[in-house]
Amino acid sequence: MSPIHALAAAGGNSPSIPAPHVEYGQLSPMLVVFGAALVGILAEAFLPRRLRAATQLGISLAGLVGGFVAVVVLAAQGHATTRAGLLAMGSVAIDGPALFLQGVILLTAVLAVLTYAEGRLEPRINGHRIDAFAAQAAAVPGGEQERTATREGLRTTEIYPLTLFAVGGMLLFPASNDLLTMFVALEVLSLPLYLMCALARRRRLLSQEAAVKYFLLGAFASAFFLFGTALLYGYAGTVRLGEIADVVAGTAPVTPALAVTTQNDALLLIGLAMLAVGLLFKVGAVPFHSWTPDVYQGAPTPVSGFMAAATKTAAFGAMLRLFYVAFPGLRWDWRPVMWGVAILTMVVGSILAVTQQDVKRLLAYSSVAHAGFILTGLIATDRRGVAAVLFYLLAYSFVTLGAFAVVTLVRDSKGEATHLSNWAGLGRRSPLLAAVFALFLLAFAGIPLTSGFTGKFAVFQAAAGGGATPLVIVGVLSSAIAAFFYIRVIVLMFFSDPQPAGPAVAVPSALTATTIAFGVLVTLGLGLLPQYFLDLASKASLFIR
Amino acid sequence: MNSLIPLLVAAPLAGAALLLLGGRALDRFGHWIATALAALSCAFGLVLFFDMLGRDTEHRAVTERLFSWIPVGGFRADVSFQLDQLSIVFVLLITGVGTLIHLYSVGYMAHDERRRRFFAYLNLFLAAMLILVLADNYLLLYVGWEGVGLASYLLIGFWQHKPSAATAAKKAFIVNRVGDMGLSIAIMLMFAEFGSFAFRPVFSAAGDASEGKLTAIALMLLLAACGKSAQVPLQSWLGDAMEGPTPVSALIHAATMVTAGVYLITRSASIFNLAPDAQTAVVVVGAVTLLFGAIVGCAKDDIKKALAGSTMSQIGYMIMAAGLGPIGYAFAIMHLVTHGFFKAGLFLGAGSVMHGMNDEVNMRHYGGLRKYMPWTFATFMAGYLAIIGFPFLSGFFSKDKIIEAALAKGGTEGWILGTCALVGAAVTAFYMTRVVLLTFFGEKRWQPDAEGHRPHPHESPRTMVIPMVVLTFGSLFAGGLFSLGDSFLHFLEPVTGHEEGHAPLSAFAVSAIATVCMAAGVGLAWLKYGRKPVPVQAPRGSLLTRAARRDLLQDDFNHAVLVRPGSALAATLVFFDSKGLDGFVNGLAAAIGGLSGRLRRIQTGYVRTYALSMFGGTLVLVASTLLMRSV
Repeated sequence: MSPIHALAAAGGNSPSIPAPHVEYGQLSPMLVVFGAALVGILAEAFLPRRLRAATQLGISLAGLVGGFVAVVVLAAQGHATTRAGLLAMGSVAIDGPALFLQGVILLTAVLAVLTYAEGRLEPRINGHRIDAFAAQAAAVPGGEQERTATREGLRTTEIYPLTLFAVGGMLLFPASNDLLTMFVALEVLSLPLYLMCALARRRRLLSQEAAVKYFLLGAFASAFFLFGTALLYGYAGTVRLGEIADVVAGTAPVTPALAVTTQNDALLLIGLAMLAVGLLFKVGAVPFHSWTPDVYQGAPTPVSGFMAAATKTAAFGAMLRLFYVAFPGLRWDWRPVMWGVAILTMVVGSILAVTQQDVKRLLAYSSVAHAGFILTGLIATDRRGVAAVLFYLLAYSFVTLGAFAVVTLVRDSKGEATHLSNWAGLGRRSPLLAAVFALFLLAFAGIPLTSGFTGKFAVFQAAAGGGATPLVIVGVLSSAIAAFFYIRVIVLMFFSDPQPAGPAVAVPSALTATTIAFGVLVTLGLGLLPQYFLDLASKASLFIR
Repeated sequence: MNSLIPLLVAAPLAGAALLLLGGRALDRFGHWIATALAALSCAFGLVLFFDMLGRDTEHRAVTERLFSWIPVGGFRADVSFQLDQLSIVFVLLITGVGTLIHLYSVGYMAHDERRRRFFAYLNLFLAAMLILVLADNYLLLYVGWEGVGLASYLLIGFWQHKPSAATAAKKAFIVNRVGDMGLSIAIMLMFAEFGSFAFRPVFSAAGDASEGKLTAIALMLLLAACGKSAQVPLQSWLGDAMEGPTPVSALIHAATMVTAGVYLITRSASIFNLAPDAQTAVVVVGAVTLLFGAIVGCAKDDIKKALAGSTMSQIGYMIMAAGLGPIGYAFAIMHLVTHGFFKAGLFLGAGSVMHGMNDEVNMRHYGGLRKYMPWTFATFMAGYLAIIGFPFLSGFFSKDKIIEAALAKGGTEGWILGTCALVGAAVTAFYMTRVVLLTFFGEKRWQPDAEGHRPHPHESPRTMVIPMVVLTFGSLFAGGLFSLGDSFLHFLEPVTGHEEGHAPLSAFAVSAIATVCMAAGVGLAWLKYGRKPVPVQAPRGSLLTRAARRDLLQDDFNHAVLVRPGSALAATLVFFDSKGLDGFVNGLAAAIGGLSGRLRRIQTGYVRTYALSMFGGTLVLVASTLLMRSV
């Protein structure tokens, strides 16, 4: 009897599909966000145009803050520690890392949405405030339709529900406990992001090109992930992470139908590598990073900031869960490979950033290098490594968001002035803004008294404790290279003469100001008094199986 | 009662913080706050003193531990104060003279627009100096040591708009760094040897250490003392330090801070007593300096620099006495206290003269001032008689004791030291008589100042006169009071120890010889400056005079021996740094930049290239995962 027939026979023995048991309470953060997204779509359909922007902002903030409150309540009830558990028939895990990262993602999203709503930066059109997003996304760039839409002061308020869907996917991603749920989460978070990248008001062709690139390469990476899932199912007969671990360890009974493939380690290893490719693409690790600079540069800057912060957090959460829950028994196989990836990512990211002339591309390569630093924490394969990665993601998210928010403010008549030559002498004309950006750059570089130092110290310490000292040495050397291009921008801002017809710094509304202020606060707070958050990350560092 | 000890330090420290942070709101009355806090600290000191007198000799020393400062493993440093007989003497001197000089400064600095800052620094100095003498371990002492160095730097350079003041401040700071290095090395050696740097454990364990190690520690302590107390070879900064306002010269560079070296050696008696070679070094330094300073004092026409030479010389006496061991410690401290009174009084007198003479400092431009400044003249004369050792005034008692102790050292050594001390006494009488004659007697040689204003000498305001009068009492009677039944000696004996020396001459003979030397010095000065008119322009003078005017060529020596080789070394290092190290670093940076430029070309912007690189990456990843298993 062929395996297929055996499967059919097995299926025939259970005629009824049991109704799944779902713990709505513990899933509430995701449910609230998805619910808000649906409400947003309804608002988009039924509300008159002029009311939409404000309403959408309100809905989004309500959904995201509501979700965050739910996370905090769940954590307070002990769902991060003693009452952590597998939900929805074992497909979702709510435990320390999941709740910690959900909290980070939700806070990041709140601040990102605030920058979406910024209406003070672009000049008004016919008395209408406009934002960073295309007047009408479907209009051909440069066409008559676009001109009409621009003249009427239209705005693409769909960005808000799209963001909420993406956030929903991101919340599920690090919490998914089986490979299929993880894949669904990956797609739910990716598809809206592809669209959002195409929505820039200025330089629309570049924006659309970025979206298409991101979509094509993202689909390519997803295919690898799905293929890997299939191979692993072939090996283990299950897609549950915990059960895969049992099969790897040899403690689970072998499904008779899969007896042949379960013995085949090639399936396991190739599947593992392909899953890793899917996730490494999302975090932007070398050699799967090539989309990052193009997409970060083309996408509307608020979206770049959101992507750089939240997507990375979610993807690293998923990667942690995959490696720590499903493949702890295989760490002698995957650790050396990930060593190579981490080293390549840190070194290539840092070196490529040295010659960048565009501040958004610079931040993109910096995010690549940071992915490498975070990978060193992942490689530690112990609780300290998890805690270090969690803390790093928290620190990095806010710095990134703040830095991209600053980028939106430096403008000339053509929109944002992202070429670095335009930033020369910024410190003389706008000392406060330049000082804030310098603080973020110092945090990126990992200078003490900023969150970046604490985070980097934590991951390097965990890696060294896990026996990866050479990796730490490479990390420190890459940090030295990275410090060069961060400091170069500071030198440019403070010690170069301003250009005569240089860009002006727009005065933002309270919305962007809040985001930047929060970024500064977290950056300094986690640098000066990190202990509470280190403890929090440490408490949240245990995965449920 | 012991809880008052931290308040001693806290009062002036709070004053400094208040005045520095308080801003312009305190400009009008800030100086009175500072003076009141100094007086408060002095009152605490008096209360503690009488409380101490009320206890038995064995129970007089008390320790007050405030908090643990640096607890790291076996390393432990406390902020802990120790008040014993030695510290209380210093506390009373510092706060007493300090309060008087605060009061004097109210008048002296009345027209200075940065007066508030000046008083803040004065308070800061008091706090640091009190920490220095109250610390019960060398590390905390070091804090005070650096603190007084900082205050001294800030106050010498207080009129930093004058380049000479700024340079003098820098010079004092840099020369002091050399001494400070000695102290820090001594502390490190102590920690390595005894595992502690608190006084009690170090002193009790000193007997078990080898003499070589103790000599090393003691020599490093001597280096520190040389820096702070302006002893040869680190003496060059004191003369220039007179660029500071005169109250600063009186308080810091005459009465208190510069005597910290004597305190350090006396406090470390347990170490020095076991290191005879180091003691010999101390004695030599003291004897050389006492002559050096006296000779410089003879040649200076600047009244403050003449007094600075005198300070150097008098501290030389103290250092020499301290180097004599238990026969000398108590006398060193006694001379320190009496010197604190009369030298502070002399400086305040000099300040008062300058105040009345449009800030003129050249004594050749003074003359005949006794009629115009009667109070200043009277108090200055008291200080003058005290310092030259006029019989039965303060200096007479304390200096004679040191000469006796030097002779009691015995052998050739004793005779050499005794002769040095006696010659020093004669020279002291000479240069001090010269100062008095040039300033208060003779013809008026007044000159208009740079803006053409002719001086109109007048007596100083009451806030300046009162401190001078109070110090006069100390100059006149302190020595006699201390010698009455050897009360000072017996008071200090539990801390410093005492051995009666056996001088080859009787005490009366020593006094008689010293008085004769003094009279000879006075007579010589009168012959040279009293009998005939003094030229307004300094004559060319003998070779020795010209050398002494240049501080016996100390700066030329330092420049040739230290500065020039130092510059050459720095130039060599710069050469290697820019050619070798920078070449390497720049080359590395260029290599990374070049690599970055190459790698950038991979980023073509074409999706197909990106997809291909992802595919290739996946292949490598899969292959290497499989490979890991097969290895």
